[in-house]
Amino acid sequence: MSAVVAPKSRFGGLSGGNAKAVIERGLRATMSNNYLIILSGFFEPVFYLFSMGVGLGAIIGNINVNGAEIPYGAYIAPALLAVSAMNGAIYDSTWNVFFKLNFGKLYQTMLLTSLGPLDVAVGEITLALLRGGVYAVGFLIVMQAMGLVLSPLAILAIPAVLLIAAGFASIGMAFTSYMKTFQQMDWLPMVMLPMFLFSATFYPITVYPEGIQFMIQSFPLWHGVELIRMFTTGVVTPMIWVHLAYYAVMLCVGVVVVSRRLRKLFLD
Amino acid sequence: MTTPADIRQKALNPKRWGWWYVTELRLREMRGYVSYVVTSSIGNPIIYLLALGVGLANLVPQGIEGVPYLVYVAPAMLMSTILSVGAEEGMYPVLSGFKWHKVFFAIHATPVTPGQIVGGFLVHLAIRFTFTAGLFFAAIVAFGAVPLSTGWLVIPISILGAYSILTPLAAYSASIDDDGGQFALIQRLVVMPMFLFSGTFFPISQIPDWLEWVAWVSPLWHASELGRIATYGLSEPIWLTVTHVVVLVTYAAVGGYFMRRAFVNRLTR
Amino acid sequence: MLVSNQVIRAENLTKVYGDFIAVNNISFEVPRGESFGLLGPNGAGKSTTMKMIAAVSTRSSGNLEVLGMDPNTEGPAIRSQLGVVPQEDNLDQELRVRENLIAYGRFFGMPRAEASKRADELLEFAQLTDRVKSKVEPLSGGMKRRLTIARSLMNDPQMLLLDEPTTGLDPQARHILWDRLFRLKERGTTLVLTTHYMDEAEQLSDRIIVVDKGEIMAEGSPAQLIRQYSSKEVLEVRYGSDNNAKVAKKIADVGERMEILPDRILIYSDNGERDLAEITKRGHHPTTSLVRRSSLEDVFLRLTGRTLVE
Repeated sequence: MSAVVAPKSRFGGLSGGNAKAVIERGLRATMSNNYLIILSGFFEPVFYLFSMGVGLGAIIGNINVNGAEIPYGAYIAPALLAVSAMNGAIYDSTWNVFFKLNFGKLYQTMLLTSLGPLDVAVGEITLALLRGGVYAVGFLIVMQAMGLVLSPLAILAIPAVLLIAAGFASIGMAFTSYMKTFQQMDWLPMVMLPMFLFSATFYPITVYPEGIQFMIQSFPLWHGVELIRMFTTGVVTPMIWVHLAYYAVMLCVGVVVVSRRLRKLFLD
Repeated sequence: MTTPADIRQKALNPKRWGWWYVTELRLREMRGYVSYVVTSSIGNPIIYLLALGVGLANLVPQGIEGVPYLVYVAPAMLMSTILSVGAEEGMYPVLSGFKWHKVFFAIHATPVTPGQIVGGFLVHLAIRFTFTAGLFFAAIVAFGAVPLSTGWLVIPISILGAYSILTPLAAYSASIDDDGGQFALIQRLVVMPMFLFSGTFFPISQIPDWLEWVAWVSPLWHASELGRIATYGLSEPIWLTVTHVVVLVTYAAVGGYFMRRAFVNRLTR
Repeated sequence: MLVSNQVIRAENLTKVYGDFIAVNNISFEVPRGESFGLLGPNGAGKSTTMKMIAAVSTRSSGNLEVLGMDPNTEGPAIRSQLGVVPQEDNLDQELRVRENLIAYGRFFGMPRAEASKRADELLEFAQLTDRVKSKVEPLSGGMKRRLTIARSLMNDPQMLLLDEPTTGLDPQARHILWDRLFRLKERGTTLVLTTHYMDEAEQLSDRIIVVDKGEIMAEGSPAQLIRQYSSKEVLEVRYGSDNNAKVAKKIADVGERMEILPDRILIYSDNGERDLAEITKRGHHPTTSLVRRSSLEDVFLRLTGRTLVE
């Protein structure tokens, strides 16, 4: 008698249907040693909000969003939330995956068991989303305390953060599947930084000529920032459907690419 | 027969030039990163200046302290960039040299001394800082944000500033056995707040009084203020200017002392 | 119910990375309960073969059946019955000793209570009961190895794959490990191992294949291989590195076969002492001499050559 039941191999041997064991391992590892680090991640956007929202906000005053005048702090807070969702998801799906794959050998270990690569990918992404969700709730509480939540719709920012994070995570993992060395990974910030700075995070994109505006609008972060800003300020326009559609497509593309590359990524 | 005297004679070169061999090695090791360093050194200033110097300036049409917003933030952004490279280089690369790729131990197995390793490491970084700061400075000039001819002084100031943050961190990194997440914590709870509350984007008078001490202990604030004096002649009492210099030099010197001590301890224990 | 008694059937198995052929068209079978050794120099394709058997590397061509299933499509099912001890310990640094075992068991879908019970039994088996709550990093090499082996046994595998299980361990640690592995073998677990150590291969395997440059060079039990590719005894004589070749010419007719190395001459024979007496009688007194039993190492070097392969 064997101690374990052989699982049905699903998706051509890519899944053992046990992603929850991967999640459990992640939570165990978090409890065991790095909860402080996880906790500290929450402070990053909060520091930004204090610094820019309060310090710069006093100089700038109010800002016009789709016809509504709102304080500068309330303008950048949703953007910081979207940025932190992006950063967390990208970190978890690129550096973290790359390291565990090539150096920590954690995934190799997992794949010696009846887990499949799909279980590992789904489990790790779920963990990242879980963390992102917790940060988002915390940040919203801080926003509320600072009086920067202008609408009860703000509660919808939580699922929006998860959608944004899932979109970035799936693309990030697809990207990582093509990376071979640390040097290549270094190029990542070169894409992230301009996206962070230009996507209507700190000022409206209307300051730019139309051509540049159009370019910014083609990048994912802008849609994320606008989406969350609609919810926290309560100024919702039909553009919301464009933002949602953008992330739906991004998520689908990411998932398709990742599932195609899983064998390459894990079983070569 | 080789006598001890012969051996000593032959060892004169490493005795004199050991630090340079270390610098040379580290420059060589950078080869894999050259394209990244060059691209980011050119790209980062342009992106930052466009986004925060030009874009954000639209929201601050009145300027700050009598100068246009771009002129106000440009020197501080240069400092912030170079000092964060300094912070970065003081963490993983140092621990890695002891723990993962162990290059410091490899060097120490030759006639090169621990002190020379520290020296070579710092000289190599000075070269790297000069390069990156030089390009940043060129970008600021191109954006028309340097009214004074003393502007180039931002380059040496940024190196001093980078040392002042790098050496204490390197002393710490050389003394820990493993990274159990301390670096992430330092980055998020020390470096990051220091950068956000150091008067880069707005004068520290805008910060609530109870938070102002962060700027006073932050090398970045002192370096930024010195940079502003150099590029557009920020006027402040002379004692304050002297304070900036003294704080930075103290950080760098005390940090350097402890860094050297940590390297010696680690390599000879 | 298993159709065949063969737990592994490889037929023209090939693995190609880019334009590098790691495993070239090899075929072999391993019956249930056998202890099977894969020998070969570095880069011979041992680890790649192991990875394909463990269903963590997709083959390029050929057929491979593990426990009657195809690793390409039924990886999770196959792996649920395998225990794998990789070449480098890849323990989970973020978890404690006991947690490592439990989390691993959970990957197999074991209920939590059962996983902790099994973990405790295996900690005892691996002689690690006093390290239960310790972190992984400070453990000694031997302890880490034993923990890795304990981990590989969490699912009570039908077959255990060991990739260089004792490389880098001190003699004490090796012997403890051999003892544990021997017990598993007695219980009927199929063992597949790769190793550089010939004594280890002789100790642990019923049958061996020697691979080099991705191909099989020889196959058989240790005794058979020695008989076939070496001799009963080996006489080693030294005349100083300048003289070896000169002397060798004059004693070329002694023994069954002779190998001239820069530092010594090896004479393969069924009676070393007799041959040594013969050489001395002819007036060629060696500076040092040694008569020993022929070993798998002689077979290995004969088959894979003495040049360094990297």
